[in-house]
Amino acid sequence: MDEPEKLIVDGKRLDGRAPEELRPLKIQAGVLERADGSAYVELGNNKVFAAVYGPREMHPRHDQESDKAVLRCRYSMAPFSVDDRKRPGPDRRSMEISKVTKDALEPVLFLELYPRSVIDVFIEVLQADAGTRTAGINAAAVALADAGVPMRDLVTSVAVGKVDDTIVLDLMKEEDQLGQTDMPIAIVPRKKVVTLLQMDGHFTKEEFRQAVDLAFVGCEKIYEAQRQALKEKYAIKEGE
Amino acid sequence: MYEIISSVKRDYIIDLVKQGKRSDGRALDQLRDATIEMGVLKTANGSAKVKLGKTHVLVGVKLMHAEPFPDTPDSGVLIVNAELLPMASPTFEPGPPRVEAIEVARVVDRGIRESEAIDLDKLGIKSGEDVWSVFVDIDVLDHDGGLIDAAALAAIAALTNAKPPAEEDWKLPEFPLSKKPVAVTIAKIDDKLVVDPCLDEERVMEARLTITTIDDGSICAMQKGGAGHFTREELQQAYELASAKATEWRAKLG
Repeated sequence: MDEPEKLIVDGKRLDGRAPEELRPLKIQAGVLERADGSAYVELGNNKVFAAVYGPREMHPRHDQESDKAVLRCRYSMAPFSVDDRKRPGPDRRSMEISKVTKDALEPVLFLELYPRSVIDVFIEVLQADAGTRTAGINAAAVALADAGVPMRDLVTSVAVGKVDDTIVLDLMKEEDQLGQTDMPIAIVPRKKVVTLLQMDGHFTKEEFRQAVDLAFVGCEKIYEAQRQALKEKYAIKEGE
Repeated sequence: MYEIISSVKRDYIIDLVKQGKRSDGRALDQLRDATIEMGVLKTANGSAKVKLGKTHVLVGVKLMHAEPFPDTPDSGVLIVNAELLPMASPTFEPGPPRVEAIEVARVVDRGIRESEAIDLDKLGIKSGEDVWSVFVDIDVLDHDGGLIDAAALAAIAALTNAKPPAEEDWKLPEFPLSKKPVAVTIAKIDDKLVVDPCLDEERVMEARLTITTIDDGSICAMQKGGAGHFTREELQQAYELASAKATEWRAKLG
């Protein structure tokens, strides 16, 4: 890849977006037949499926918890999802993402309703272009709702960062690799609280505050698209 | 690694926090005393032992020849690995690293890498063929909470202590380390922010946020964990706490 000299020229990013603009977003609920709930998300060039099974009996049984269900998340990237071939199976990165995804989704679930059971969330990235964990969380939240799992709210996620000293929303691959900072964040929109926060790069105190604010603004649009996807599947249409 | 705690103890810890107190007598914004001992091993290029209260972590740094990554043919390689040894806790088991160990290693890695504390560009030897690889290996010997903080502190202490290998390929006067990233974890217990939680506090916390700051107080890495959430105000407060408290531990690095 030829490295561009600047990632923002005349206020426009490499793909023509303004700093606070999202990539094109498409969300569909209920896209898989066998899963109890599922969703498909396209965010720019990211293509991600999420499937939910459960609540169902937990195996192995020694992983059961006697007073609540266990949320088990598995984030995985298909071998063909990146420019090089990714070796299949979990690696350190995907194991960490699985963990933070679980931590991001768990606060909205009523796990105490299903002792000794498990809710499985499977996230499969088919095509990656930065922000796969955020796309995966957005898909997983819709899939959980599609599965009829009781939830306090959806979880909505987006990455913010710093590129050419500008705070930007929803980083694309070039910005992720060559930019200064990447901060994936997930929020519970109605309660306005943060359930996922990771960051690498460099932020001053003020930049950090700005970036969190921008993430909240960006999440509003994604939240709307998530709700729309669920309405699309479940709302009674005219003539029905 | 499922940590359980009796409800009596849980209520006790939460009750104390409500009153602004803690089970080990600290204030909510008080760090545990860190003792750092550098150069404890002869077989490593750099090493450090950190005790954070009863938590005990040892880090060894090895500088070895390695092949560079194809996209950075002239830069050195940084590899951070953490082992939660079975001796450190009854809940740790032998075997390949579990997600808890991977998280410790990856958060420590991000603090060092993203702060550009090590000038990896100076660690090339022969373009595309041979570079210096910096292995930072973390051994957790005794677990009483705060593993990320203790590991990050021991890692930067061991790097501070790193001596160049006695090899003719090493051309630099010293190990190229320019910053001291320090991680401080803030736990949320009963909607209060508590600095540097011990193990019992980790068992009852709703969520935690680890913030790694560098010498000027700016942030180079963050990681939220746990099944709870933070408000925007809490994020700002956590940053204020972490950046202020990091200076206390950083001062001990010499």
